[in-house]
Amino acid sequence: MPRFLAAKPDADLIRLPWNVPLESWPTAHLVALPRGISRHVVRFIQVGDDILAAKEILEEVAVHEYRQLTELRRLDVPAVEPVGVVLGRNDSEGNVLDPILLTRHLPFSLPYRALFYSGVKLDTVNRLLDAMVVLFARLHLTGFYWGDVSLSNILFRRDAGEFAAYLVDAETGELHAKLTDGQRAHDLQIATTNLFGEFSDLEAGGMLDPSLQPQWLVETIVDRYHSLWAELTGVEEFSESELYRLEGRVRRLNALGFDVAEIDVSTSADGSTIRMQPKVVEAGHHSRRLMRLTGLDAEEHQARRLLNDMDTFRAKIPGTMTESVAAHKWLMEVFEPATSRIPPDLAGKRDPAQFFHELLDYRWYMSQRENHEVSIVEAASGYVADVLRTLPDEEMSNVMPVGQELLNKYDPSQGFADDEEEPPYDPWEDGANDPELPVSFGFDIEALRARERAKSRERDPG
Amino acid sequence: MATVSYRDASRIYPGSDRAAVNKLNLEIEDGEFMVLVGPSGCGKSTSLRMLAGLEEVNAGNIFIGDRDVTDLPPKDRDIAMVFQNYALYPHMTVADNMGFALKMQNVPKAERQKRVQEAAHLLGLEDFLSRKPKALSGGQRQRVAMGRAIVRQPQVFLMDEPLSNLDAKLRVSTRTQIAALQRRLGVTTVYVTHDQVEAMTMGDRVAVLKDGILQQVDSPLALYDTPNNLFVAGFIGSPAMNLMIGKVTEGGATIGDYTVPVPRETLAKADGDETVTLGIRPETFKISSTGQGIALDIAVVEELGADSYLYGTLAGLSEDELVNAPQIVARVGARTAPQKGEVVRLEIDPEHVHVFNNTTEDRIS
Repeated sequence: MPRFLAAKPDADLIRLPWNVPLESWPTAHLVALPRGISRHVVRFIQVGDDILAAKEILEEVAVHEYRQLTELRRLDVPAVEPVGVVLGRNDSEGNVLDPILLTRHLPFSLPYRALFYSGVKLDTVNRLLDAMVVLFARLHLTGFYWGDVSLSNILFRRDAGEFAAYLVDAETGELHAKLTDGQRAHDLQIATTNLFGEFSDLEAGGMLDPSLQPQWLVETIVDRYHSLWAELTGVEEFSESELYRLEGRVRRLNALGFDVAEIDVSTSADGSTIRMQPKVVEAGHHSRRLMRLTGLDAEEHQARRLLNDMDTFRAKIPGTMTESVAAHKWLMEVFEPATSRIPPDLAGKRDPAQFFHELLDYRWYMSQRENHEVSIVEAASGYVADVLRTLPDEEMSNVMPVGQELLNKYDPSQGFADDEEEPPYDPWEDGANDPELPVSFGFDIEALRARERAKSRERDPG
Repeated sequence: MATVSYRDASRIYPGSDRAAVNKLNLEIEDGEFMVLVGPSGCGKSTSLRMLAGLEEVNAGNIFIGDRDVTDLPPKDRDIAMVFQNYALYPHMTVADNMGFALKMQNVPKAERQKRVQEAAHLLGLEDFLSRKPKALSGGQRQRVAMGRAIVRQPQVFLMDEPLSNLDAKLRVSTRTQIAALQRRLGVTTVYVTHDQVEAMTMGDRVAVLKDGILQQVDSPLALYDTPNNLFVAGFIGSPAMNLMIGKVTEGGATIGDYTVPVPRETLAKADGDETVTLGIRPETFKISSTGQGIALDIAVVEELGADSYLYGTLAGLSEDELVNAPQIVARVGARTAPQKGEVVRLEIDPEHVHVFNNTTEDRIS
């Protein structure tokens, strides 16, 4: 009987065929969604109304990753939600099967294989790279050494006109109090190698827009990471007449979506030079403010857009009204009436915050066209009818990347279904596949002594 | 090719009052396969990461060849971490999967092809070079991953538990392949594992660590035959060495009703303690033909091929003493094996008895 390690066990989980290797699960339980490549067996599975990602890995790794993901969520880092680990699996003949780590499919997420397709706009690519860099810097600020940064381990979500990136795989991750420069540099080095490999793989599969060069993409990511890191943590020195630079730095960080919780300012002995360095920087400046005021959970850029609309709304109210009262009024009179226009059958097209962001753009054009300020509810009806209905469903994006047909639609790691003849003979495999080969767990001291004797005979044949 | 030297190298994590690695001194020879082994938290991975540049060195130095790399960033150290990432790219050929990192570093195409070809030859992958990796077995994938490190021609290979996520069978065969390949390549290799069997079968020398302190560095046989202290004695060997407390008496140490002969000069090194610890490997016990020896009350007999392992406790213990009595393991020929429930006398060649000081835990024999 399998055991479940989970914070909130789900009864539907118990009925799944845990006694079957994940690779051989009946397709009735599987969902073919686009995703990256992986070195383990990974499948999307349907559990009640939920879609979960299931990964078959060794117990130690599964439990480590489950705990890392839990910790990252607690630290408010964008990462997929761990659901549990299924341990103690056996097949029908009693053979031990590796545990399965379960994470929740991130709704409205878009894997890279569906994004860097042929014909993608350079602008979109730039935004994807920025999202990746922000995620990377956030993880490093938190003290998280990823150890396996790659496109396959990142999911993207729409975030107003930008993208937000999420960590998917924490298998090799380690949480430290603070990362050393060496750890960051090494993480970045792994990232460049992995990303270069994956972009080259997309290129080889005809899935990368020909205008994009893997080398350029990787260099851009590294450059942007360095400049973002410098902005987030770098030391700035200026004379006492330039004190405004202190506030300027904080504003720039806010604009990048970061809050400065602690800043280190010191003055030279003669008082002429001021040195400052942000010490504690936290991401989510706008999304935290939106959450505090309205209880809405949105991505960073979406939050900024919503807050702007809320601030404009408040400015138009005669007299003075506190921010929190105005926020409540905005929520009841603007946001909710607008988003309640989304018919249930179209709810999977956009999440409410993204819908509202796109609706604001739509209303602006509509007002221009009609030469008067269109109400948000009226615009919402128009947007649903004209635009939303035509968009692809993204709650569970099944937009498959262009290219040939996959060998296994549930596993992109296996590549395309092109014909290949029998694999060549490999003498190295004989040993590994030899059923007679004893799997010795113990330690054979006699074999070691024999080896040493043979070695010393070699050295001294006399 | 290069040597690696740790000189008084320490790592102390911020906020911790104990060094994760405490004044490590280790000289690794050019071309040597050095394994760092020890239980979780012993500092083996931290030591490797200090060499890789992933952990700060708070005191002391690390040299690769005659270059002090203590403060160099990882990328300037000319090392390769093997198996860190062995995701294979499904749309690229095996050759491209091995050589793509060279392409990123702008190594000219002809040079790239040459290095890939050489690595493929070493790894027996030549016939696979133009194929896609989808049909490769787990072992073949590992070899492609190893090829990725080989084509970079680093001075030192670093491997941190590379086999930890392979199944048991693949682990055994890959272990042999890595060791053989390292010998052919002759590249200095530092390998970290928690598995002493892996350490003993792969390393030219093995460094045993505990609580951040190097306990002993020696060839596998020397570690087995002359462990420096109680920790190494108990850690190396499977099944483990029997460690039994003996009361110091005239001419030996008494266990139960039997006195194991120990030379007087060895006993003198017990620093006046009333007891010493005797270490006896399971295979050095023999069933006594004279009726003399340690009395073993056999609880389990396990037959493994030509040998039988006898598991039990010292005979003649009271109920209270049994609760904390250490298990004794003896390996005897299967043909002479007694039955479960019997009491046998085990004799030992005094030459094969390891004696440890109970206060310092150091070897005194």
